Amino acid sequence: MVIDTRRCVGCMDCVVACKTENSVPEGFCRDWITETVHGEFPTVQLEIRSERCNHCANPPCVDCCPTGASHVHERGGVVLVTPEKCIGCKACLAACPYDARFIHPDGYASKCTFCIHRVEQGLLPACVSVCPTHCMHFGDADDPLSDVSRLLASRPNYTLLPEAGTKPGVYYLT
Amino acid sequence: MTEFTNFRHNPGLDPAVHVWGWEIPVYLFLGGLVAGLMIIAGVRLMIMRPTARQALVCCTIGPLAGLALLSSGMLALFLDLTNKVNVWRLYLTFEPTSPMSWGSWILLLVYPALLANALTHLPEAIPALAKRVPAFVKISDYILARPRFVVGIGLANIAIGVALGIYTGLLLGTLGARPLWNSAVLGPLFLFSGLSTAAALLHGILVLSTPDNERPEFADFLLSMLTRWSEAKPLDIRIAPTLAQADNSFLTIELALIGLLLIGHLTSTAAHQAAAHLLLNGPYAAVFWVFVIGLGILMPLFLQHLELRHRIRHTIAPSLLVLCGGLVLRFVLVAAGQASHWTTALH
Ligand code: SF4
Ligand code: SF4
Repeated sequence: MVIDTRRCVGCMDCVVACKTENSVPEGFCRDWITETVHGEFPTVQLEIRSERCNHCANPPCVDCCPTGASHVHERGGVVLVTPEKCIGCKACLAACPYDARFIHPDGYASKCTFCIHRVEQGLLPACVSVCPTHCMHFGDADDPLSDVSRLLASRPNYTLLPEAGTKPGVYYLT
Repeated sequence: MTEFTNFRHNPGLDPAVHVWGWEIPVYLFLGGLVAGLMIIAGVRLMIMRPTARQALVCCTIGPLAGLALLSSGMLALFLDLTNKVNVWRLYLTFEPTSPMSWGSWILLLVYPALLANALTHLPEAIPALAKRVPAFVKISDYILARPRFVVGIGLANIAIGVALGIYTGLLLGTLGARPLWNSAVLGPLFLFSGLSTAAALLHGILVLSTPDNERPEFADFLLSMLTRWSEAKPLDIRIAPTLAQADNSFLTIELALIGLLLIGHLTSTAAHQAAAHLLLNGPYAAVFWVFVIGLGILMPLFLQHLELRHRIRHTIAPSLLVLCGGLVLRFVLVAAGQASHWTTALH
C-alpha cells in the first residue's frame, strides 16, 4: 500500500470506512490518523498520515505467535489472524513496534486485514476506496508495472520504523 | 520542535502499552523459581551417593514445592489469556520461532521431571504419606536400585530447568518492539535470578525447620502444625551454608548480568538508551534501585556473607529479601519494558 502524505487531509474517512466494513467494535480502530508538526514558524511543516498494520515482510507478530493464529496469507503480502486459533496471549501485541493490534472484545487479537475479503473479490480495501483525495493506492509492489511500484519509483517515500527490521509493506510518499 | 498527535485510542495500547498486568510477572517469577529448584534438585541428586536415603530439602521438598509453584504460575498465565477456551491450541502445533510455543512444550516436561525427582526420596521426607500410599515406597525403591536412572533424573532436571529458566527471559528478550526487553541477556538473567530465588527458598525452609529456642512460641506452634502431619524427620541442615554460598554466587552473577543488560542498552540506539534510562533515572528508577538492587541483591548478599562468616545466625531475612527482589525484578522489567518504545513521530 502506498499513501501520499501530500494529499491526505486527515478527514478520517478511511477510519470510518474500516469500522463500517469490518464491524470494528466501538472504542477500537484498525486504522488511525497521526499528525506530525515540525519546524519553527514561519517554516512549519504538517504531515498527516493514515496508519494501520504495515503487513510487514518480516513480521515479528507472526514469529512470536505460539498457535499459528497469526500468519501470512498463502499468497504473501498480507498478515492475518485466525480468531479460532488465537488464545489471546497478547505476545503479538507486545511484538508489534507499531502497536497496530488490539484485543477484540471477543478475546482474540485483531487488526487491519487489508480487507482481504474484498481484495479476493477484486475490490479495493474499504479505506482506499472511500478516500476523497485518492491519497491511497493498493497493489503489488513486487510487480514493476503496478500503480504502486510506479509511484514508489517516481516519488520520494519512506516506511515507518525501518530500523525495527520488520520490512513494512505500507509506504508513505512525501 | 516536533509535535506528534496520534488519534488512535485502542484500549491497552494508548496512551501507553499495557497488555500484560500482574499475571505475566508472577508467571515469569514462578517459572524462574521452579527452574532454579529443578537445577538445584538435579545437581544435588547427582552428587550425593545415589543409594543414600535421606530426607532432602533439595531433592524432595524443593521439587514438591516446585510442582505447586509451577501450577500456580500456569494458573496466572491462564488467567492472562483473553481467549481461554482456545488454550488447547498451544498443543496442536509447535512454532519454532515462538518462545511461548517452546515454553508450553517445556512446561509439559517439567512436571514428570520434578515428580521423578520428588519421588526418589519421598518416603524419608514425608513418612506419613509413604505409609498411606505404599506405592511411593515401591517407586522410590525402584529408582534407587538403579543408579543410572537416578543420574538420568538428575540430568533431566538440570537440562529442563536451564531451558525453562532461559525461556522465561527470552519470552521478553525476543520482542524487539520493546527496546528494554530486546536483549538476549534476559535469558541468563532470569535463569540466574531463578536460581538465586530457588536457593533462597530452600535456605529459608531449612532455617524454618531447624529447632530454635529464640523463635516466638506461636511461630513454633504454627510450624509444628505444618510438619507434624507428615511425621517428617528433621531436614539435613548441614547443607544450609552451601545453599547460602550458592545463593551469593547466583546473586553476584545476576548483578553482573543486570550490568551487562544496561551497558548493552546504553551503547545501543537512542530507543535502547531511553529504555535503560527508564530504570536508571526514570519513573522506574526508585523501585529498581531500592527493591531490586538494594534490598533484593546487595542486602541479602551482605547478610549471607555475615552468616557464612559466622558473624550472625542463619535467618529467613535474606531468603525473603531475595524472593521479593526476584518478584519485583519481573514486575519492574515487564512494566518498564511496555513503557519503552520506538518512536514513529519522525521519519
Ligand atoms: S505492523 Fe505490526 S501487526 Fe502488522 S505485520 Fe507488522 S508487526 Fe505485525
Ligand atoms: S494473541 Fe493470538 S494471534 Fe497474538 S500471538 Fe497470541 S495466539 Fe497468536
